[in-house]
Amino acid sequence: MPTVSLTINGKKVVADVEGRTLLVQLLREGQRLTGTHVGCDTSQCGACVVHVNGKAVKSCTMLALQADDSEVETIESIANEGELHPMQAAFKEHHGLQCGFCTPGMVMAAIDMVNRIPNLDEETVRHELEGNFCRCTGYHNIVQAILAGSKAMQS
Amino acid sequence: MADDGIGASVRRKEDQRFLTGKGHFTDDISRPGQVYARFVRSPHAHASIGNIDTSAALSAPGVLGVYTGKDLAEDGVGAVPCGWTITQTNGELWNAPPHEVLATEKVRYVGDQVALVVAETLEQARDAAELVSVEYEVLSANVKLDQASNSDTAQLHESVPNNTCFVWGLGDEEATKSAFNRAKHIAKLDLYNNRLVPNAIEPRVALAERDSGDDSCTLYVTSQNPHLARVILSAFVGLVPEHKLRVVSPDVGGGFGSKIFVYTEECAVLWAAKQIDRPIKWTADRSESFLSDAHGRDHLTHVEMAMDDDGKFLGMRVDTTANMGAYLSNFASLIPTYLHGTLMQGLYTTEAIYCEVTAVFTNTTPVDAVRGAGRPEATYLIERIVDESARIMGLDPAEIRRRNFIPSDAFPYQTQVALEYDSGNYGPALDKALSTLDYKNFETRRANSETEGKYRGVGISSYIEACGLAPSQVIGSLGAGIGQFEAAEIRFNATGNVTVFTGSHSHGQGHETTFAQVASERLGVPIEDIDVVHGDSGRIPFGYGTYGSRSLAVGGSAIVKAADKIIEKGRKIAAHLLEASESDIEFTDGNFTVTGTDRSKSIAEIAFAAYVPHNYPLDEVEPGLDESAFYDPPNFTYPFGVHVCEVEVDADTGEVSIERWVAVDDFGNIINPMIVHGQVHGGIAHGVGQALLENAVYDESGQLLSGSFMDYCMPRATDVPSFEIGQTVTPCPHNPLGVKGCGEAGAIAAPPAVINGIVNALSSLGVTHVEMPATPQTVWQTIQNAKT
Repeated sequence: MPTVSLTINGKKVVADVEGRTLLVQLLREGQRLTGTHVGCDTSQCGACVVHVNGKAVKSCTMLALQADDSEVETIESIANEGELHPMQAAFKEHHGLQCGFCTPGMVMAAIDMVNRIPNLDEETVRHELEGNFCRCTGYHNIVQAILAGSKAMQS
Repeated sequence: MADDGIGASVRRKEDQRFLTGKGHFTDDISRPGQVYARFVRSPHAHASIGNIDTSAALSAPGVLGVYTGKDLAEDGVGAVPCGWTITQTNGELWNAPPHEVLATEKVRYVGDQVALVVAETLEQARDAAELVSVEYEVLSANVKLDQASNSDTAQLHESVPNNTCFVWGLGDEEATKSAFNRAKHIAKLDLYNNRLVPNAIEPRVALAERDSGDDSCTLYVTSQNPHLARVILSAFVGLVPEHKLRVVSPDVGGGFGSKIFVYTEECAVLWAAKQIDRPIKWTADRSESFLSDAHGRDHLTHVEMAMDDDGKFLGMRVDTTANMGAYLSNFASLIPTYLHGTLMQGLYTTEAIYCEVTAVFTNTTPVDAVRGAGRPEATYLIERIVDESARIMGLDPAEIRRRNFIPSDAFPYQTQVALEYDSGNYGPALDKALSTLDYKNFETRRANSETEGKYRGVGISSYIEACGLAPSQVIGSLGAGIGQFEAAEIRFNATGNVTVFTGSHSHGQGHETTFAQVASERLGVPIEDIDVVHGDSGRIPFGYGTYGSRSLAVGGSAIVKAADKIIEKGRKIAAHLLEASESDIEFTDGNFTVTGTDRSKSIAEIAFAAYVPHNYPLDEVEPGLDESAFYDPPNFTYPFGVHVCEVEVDADTGEVSIERWVAVDDFGNIINPMIVHGQVHGGIAHGVGQALLENAVYDESGQLLSGSFMDYCMPRATDVPSFEIGQTVTPCPHNPLGVKGCGEAGAIAAPPAVINGIVNALSSLGVTHVEMPATPQTVWQTIQNAKT
C-alpha cells in the first residue's frame, strides 16, 4: 500500500492508503476529522470543501495520494483557540446554517471566496456558491453571512 | 421581553458545534470493531428473480456475510408496513401489498434491494457486492402514471388488481354535481405535480450494533422520529423487542420528510448485526439516495371550479391520480388523502367540494411525504384553478381571492372536507403582501420590462395548511395506526440547571434554541443553563418526531405542560420553605415569592431543596424536580399566508427570472423570528425548485434518468432571489403558546406563485398554463404552442 505524507491542520501526517482512497476518506476515516462531509458522489454539493495549499478543493474529488506534500486545512482548524473565525461568526450571527451538514463546506468555500475576491457583492457571492448546495436555508442567509464575514475578515 | 425569551431572535445554541466541525452526524460515529454494508440493487425496474449466486462474493477478501431475502424470510423477518389504512369509496379496504426488506420473488423498481454484503472494509463490501450474481427475467415496466391502472399495463403485485391501491373520495359528490349544474362559469385545468427527490444533503445512514451481553441492540440512524422507528422495527418487522432496542438519531443533516420513514436498508443492517455480532455501518452514496429515498408529489390532476356571475366559488371537483411507486412507504397512503383532500377548501367559501384520489403502483421508487406532503399538491391545484377562474371571469387574481375568502368573523369554520379551521384572517395578509410588492403599480413595471423585450408577470398564492399533526383520536378514526401526541421531560439538576428532553427531532429547525427559549421564559432559568436533548429513545420517554410542522405546536406545548408541573411542585416546596400557604405563593421570573412580601426562593434553590430534602415536605411531595408531560392537541393548527412574486420571462430563451418575492405568513405567535424567517426562506427555495428546476424523470424501461446532481437540478444560490418576509399574527386559539408551525409553508406557497406569475407574464401571448418544472425548454415550447 502506498504512503502519503502531508500536513493536516498543522500536523504532519504519514498514512498508508489505497490508490483509490479519496482525500475526504483520509480526513474522515483515517484522521477522524469528521467535520468535512460527503453529500454526493459527483462533486456537485460542496459539503467536502477543504483548503489544500490555501485553495478551496472538493476533497471528494482528490485522491489522498494527490495531496502528498500538501498543506490541508479543514473546518476543525480555522477557529482560533476557541474563538470563531470571522466567517464562522458571521454564519452564526446571520443564521447561515440550519441542519449544519453543508456548513463546513460553505464556510471553507466562503473563506476562499474572500481570499480571492476582495470586494464581494451579492451577485458575485451567489455566482461563487454554484458548487455548494444547501437544502435548508434557501441561500438567503448564507449570502448575508458571507457578505458580513467578508467585511469582518478584511477589517 | 427578555433578550433571550419568547419573541427574541436568539442566536442558535447548536451553531457552535456545526460551525467548528464538531457536529455528531450518524456517519461521524464509528464503533469498535465496526464493519461495512453494501446492498446489491436491482438494475431493472421490473423483473422476476431467479437464482442468486453468492459464492464468489462469500469467498472475496474480508467478506463476513452475504444475505438474501430468503435468509431473512427463514428467520421470520416481517415486511415494512404502511401505517395508514384507507377505506375506499366503495366501502372496501385498500390493497396494501407487503414490502419485503430484501426482495425475494420480484424486483419492482431500479434500486430495489436483493442482497446485502457485509465486509471488514467498505471497499471490500463494494467489491464483493459486484460479485453477487442475480438471474433476472426482465418484465415490462409500468412507469406511466396515466396508464398505471389499465388492465393491460404490467401488474406489480399479485394482490393488487390493475395496480390500484385505492380509490378514495372526500366531500359531497352530489352537492358538488348540483353546484356545477347551477354554475354560470366553469374553469378547468389539467395539472401535473412533478415528482421530487428530497435530497437532504446528508445521505441516509444506519449503524447497527448488538450487545450480546444482554441481547440488546442500538441503531444509530438518520431518522426524524427514532421512537416510531423503534416501534416499527420491533412490532412490525420483528427484529428486536422494543425494550431491547435503542434508536439514536443524533444530528441529522436535513430531512424534508425523507427521514420520517423506516427504510428496508436499516432493517437489513439491524438484522445482519445480530447475525455477525459486529457493528455494521451502511452509508448511502448519493446515487443510492436518488434511487431509494422516498420521492414526493407525482400527482396527475383534473380540477374544475364552478362559479356564479360574480366569480363566487359554488363548487370544486378534483380528480387526482397519485403515484405510490413500487411499494407503500410508511405514510404513502396518507399524503394524497388526508393531507391533500382535506385541504381542498383552501381559504375560500367554496360551497361544495368533492375530491377523488386514485392511488396506483408503478415500477418507480416509493413515494411518500416530502416537505409539505399533500398540502403543496392541494395548494397548487387550488391556486392554479383560482387564477384560471379569474382569467375566464376577467377578474384581477387578487380580487377573486378577496371575494371568496372565508370572512374573519366566520371562525371556527367547518370546511366541506372534514377539517374545522380554528382561526384565520386572510384579507390583511393579502393586503400586506400586495402593498409590500407595490402591486398597484405593477403594470408600469410590466411595461418597462416590455421595452427590454421581457415579459413580466406577478403571481399570487394564498395558502392554508393543516399542521401540528395531530389529534390522536381524530387521526385514529381516519385510519392512522399511530397516535401523534408529543412527549417532554424537564429535569432540574441539583445545581439548578436544566435538561429538557423532547420527543420532537431537530434536523435543522433549531429546537435546541427555540425550545430552550420556551423553557427559559416559563421557568425563569437563563437560556445558557438549559440544554435540549432529542433523538435518542434511550434518554427520552417517547416521541412522535418531527414532520408536518408539528414540533413547536405539539412538542413545545408538551414542554409548557411539563414546565407547569415543575412550577406546581415548586410552589409546594416553596410554601414549605417560606412557611406560607401554597395559595400565597406567586411564581414570576424564576422566583417563588410570598404575595405582598419580599420573602422569596429562586427556582434553583427549590431544585436544590428537592435533591437535598432535609427541610422538605416529604409527606406532601416526592424528592427530585423532574416532570414529564404528554400533549395531545385538540385540533390541527392552520397557518396561512400570501406569497407574491414577480417574474420576468425571456420569451426567446424561455428563461424565467424571479425578480422579487414577498411572503406574508401567519404562524400565530413567534418564538424566534430569525429561525422562522430561515424556515420560510428554505421552504420557498424548495418550492421554487419544484416550480422551475426539479423533476425525477423515468424512461420507459423505468430507469431514473435524473439520478444524480448532474441530472437533477437542485436550486443553487443563483436560482433564487433574496426574500422579503413579513407576518400577520393570528394566534392559534387551542395550544398554550398560540403557535402554528412554519417549516413547510414556503414549499406549499411557492409553486403556484411561480407558475401563476409565469402564466400572468405570458398571458398576452395566449398562454393559460405552464407545467412544472417550468424549465426554459418547457416555457419556450409553451410559448411556441400558444403562438400556433
